[in-house]
Amino acid sequence: MANTTARAKSPVGTLYRGYDGMWSWVAHRITGVTVFFFLLVHVTDTALVRVSPDVYNGVIATYKTPLVNLMEVGLVGAVLYHALNGIRIILIDFWSKGPRYQKGMLRGLIVIWLVVMIPGTYFMMLRTIESLFGSAS
Amino acid sequence: MSAPTLDAPRSSRQLAQNNFEKNAWMFMRLSGIVLVVLVLGHLFIMNILDGGVHRINFAFVAGRWASPFWQLWDLTMLWLAMLHGANGLRTIINDYASREGTRLTLKGLLYAATFLTIALGTLVIFTFDPNIS
Repeated sequence: MANTTARAKSPVGTLYRGYDGMWSWVAHRITGVTVFFFLLVHVTDTALVRVSPDVYNGVIATYKTPLVNLMEVGLVGAVLYHALNGIRIILIDFWSKGPRYQKGMLRGLIVIWLVVMIPGTYFMMLRTIESLFGSAS
Repeated sequence: MSAPTLDAPRSSRQLAQNNFEKNAWMFMRLSGIVLVVLVLGHLFIMNILDGGVHRINFAFVAGRWASPFWQLWDLTMLWLAMLHGANGLRTIINDYASREGTRLTLKGLLYAATFLTIALGTLVIFTFDPNIS
């Protein structure tokens, strides 16, 4: 099959093209853009402390609603991925063995991400789950 | 007589007059390392520790900004995160916006939003008044 031949000739498995290298880069961009736009919103909502305590407490109350609380879990997950993969990028660029271990480092960061996010999600959502499903508190 | 010149694609590589792109590349890595500590610390304190977001209100902010340590933490985080993010978006705009006009418009919006957000955040940290009502 012609397609197969062309495929075999293409430089598959390089650092950035296709597979882990490319998808970790795509995820790095998506999480980065997401966090940047949140930052614009977050600095603005915090600036309301200069208006009055009531106005600030009012906007912070939206952060405590179930839906926004869930979005915070997503934000923390995005930041954590971006931070861990950023460290991986630095190691690829500056550590002589970085490029050789890039795949292993990606697996490692996914494991760290899960180890942090599973209990992290529990603690972030604890109050929301209690208020939604009404345990005594 | 001057040396013969070659057209753009074949001209010998000139030493860059300024290394803006290289400096920007290095800035992403250096600010990134600092931001890992500042931002993950911020998220851990604000979202996970001791009830997370549910304990945040005006009094909580006032308590934190009474300390120069947290003022400096937040100020450094604000500037580094905004510049790091703005440079990231600048790279993405350069990569995907192929028309000159689109690129200039998007970067103009990006720089305006970045400048306003850094200015607003800095002003708020320096002029915060815990007794406002």
